[in-house]
Amino acid sequence: MIELRHVSKSYGPGRFARPVIEDCSFTVEANHFTVMMGPSGSGKSTLIRLVAGFEKPSAGEILVNDRPVTGPGQDRLVVFQESALFPWMTTRENVQYGPRARGELTGTGRARTDFLLEKVGLHAFRERYPAQLSGGMQRRAELARALVNNPAIMILDEPFRGLDALTKKMMIEYYAGLSAESPRTNLFVTTDVDEAIFLANRLLVMSHIPARVREVIEVDLPRPRSFTRILLDGRANALKMAALSLLHEEAMKAFGGGNIPAADFIEAHRRRVAAM
Amino acid sequence: MNAVARRRAPMPRLALTWFRLGAWLRSPKPCLALAGYALLLGFWYLSVEVFKLPRFAGMPGLTSVFHEWTSRNPTYGISLYIPVYWVHILVSLRRIGIAFLLATALGVPTGLMLGWSRAFKEYVFPLFEILRPIPILAWVPLAIIMLPGSELPVIYLTFLASFFATALNTMLGVRSIDNSYILAAGCLGASSLQTFRHVIIPGALPFIFTGLQISVGVAWFSLVAAEMVSGQFGLGYLINTSYTSVEYPTIVIAMLTLGIVGYLSSAMVRLAGHWLMAWRVPQLVTDGRR
Repeated sequence: MIELRHVSKSYGPGRFARPVIEDCSFTVEANHFTVMMGPSGSGKSTLIRLVAGFEKPSAGEILVNDRPVTGPGQDRLVVFQESALFPWMTTRENVQYGPRARGELTGTGRARTDFLLEKVGLHAFRERYPAQLSGGMQRRAELARALVNNPAIMILDEPFRGLDALTKKMMIEYYAGLSAESPRTNLFVTTDVDEAIFLANRLLVMSHIPARVREVIEVDLPRPRSFTRILLDGRANALKMAALSLLHEEAMKAFGGGNIPAADFIEAHRRRVAAM
Repeated sequence: MNAVARRRAPMPRLALTWFRLGAWLRSPKPCLALAGYALLLGFWYLSVEVFKLPRFAGMPGLTSVFHEWTSRNPTYGISLYIPVYWVHILVSLRRIGIAFLLATALGVPTGLMLGWSRAFKEYVFPLFEILRPIPILAWVPLAIIMLPGSELPVIYLTFLASFFATALNTMLGVRSIDNSYILAAGCLGASSLQTFRHVIIPGALPFIFTGLQISVGVAWFSLVAAEMVSGQFGLGYLINTSYTSVEYPTIVIAMLTLGIVGYLSSAMVRLAGHWLMAWRVPQLVTDGRR
């Protein structure tokens, strides 16, 4: 379980400090899929870096299983926005890097590497370098590299960004399947509502910068989910609409910034929403 | 394993090198290169020996230089058949070898530390930035006064420029590494020593090898400058003595020799780079830059 209590973070010295996160509190339930959504540039990635322990909050505290976060730990693995596979290592070397670094590359460690390579369908490609893999394969290799360590918590920061629409949908379904097999705590960041509704138990809609939780939406749709069923499901669509209108409002704040053409655009958007 | 994967599995390094050599020979590139050489040699021949252009008339011509170079009994004493010609080459190569290895052995670790440790950089980099712009020729008197004999000053001068080029590029290499690799390593449980070995060093390699390419180049540059002032052998020495004793064809022979050995030495560094960075080959191919 991850718990954020009144977390704030600002960058810059003294009176030039710019708050990116302000008084943000939420919990990520154990073995649940929590999806965080927010307009781009709203400090989601900063929040992720704080939870991962790469940076420290300016105020407030972050607890993981009731213990404060002091730095990165192998109980919380991060899958980054863009591929962070080491280009100089083959797929297999990348996947087994965690066990190797911790000196756990014994028989079982190797067996688990092979098992996961098989699981993500990359066993035949294990001696390739990342540059020789397609975008989708790289993402799967990265998932395998995290999962091989059997982390209690997975933190995924827009992990499927940049993939084409079809590959992305397949990856989402694939990851949902993997998570269903071995439940763990997931904190997943995205800007894609379909992805969010598909995966989430709970949806956190973040405000425009400085980031705060604007609203929590419980997504109590049955599992396993499929994109077609969600498309036809009235309740799923209602949730999606709710999330979208909140997001739009926050995005408009980011877009607006006080200038007149933007204000007109926002006004027109309001009228359109009201008419719906 | 499916057929596609087997066909496209990475080739062993030696096979890859041979394959690339074969591909190069089959491509039009060798012909274009030869045409380039022919163009230069043609200009040389025509300007000096056929048209005898004003400032070119006193220069050694193409035929006279090649005649001298391949003569068993050269007029000015230097040709392929004269042992002392080879001694000059070997002496220069030995100095380059020692200076380059020394510069690499010291420059790469210095650069890695400069990029990795903030404290080390705070101490060393300002000093570095003062020493680096001093031209090698300005070091000549001090090098001769400081170091005994004629061999050590030459090696020192050759080393100096190479060292700065290598260290600086290595430092830039470390700074060029995407921060997410370092974060990922830490996240997966790597200690900072492990991050250094598994991420920083391989991540900086492309820049290190760019540095080494520059380093061999400046090594030859400063070697010749140093040999012109000090030493009894070497291609730079040969050029200088031939100049004072008005043996112009010998100067051109030494210059062309420098061109050839210089080219070979940087080709060797490039080859070593490809050898160590097999992972970059597919990347360069997909970027269309190979």
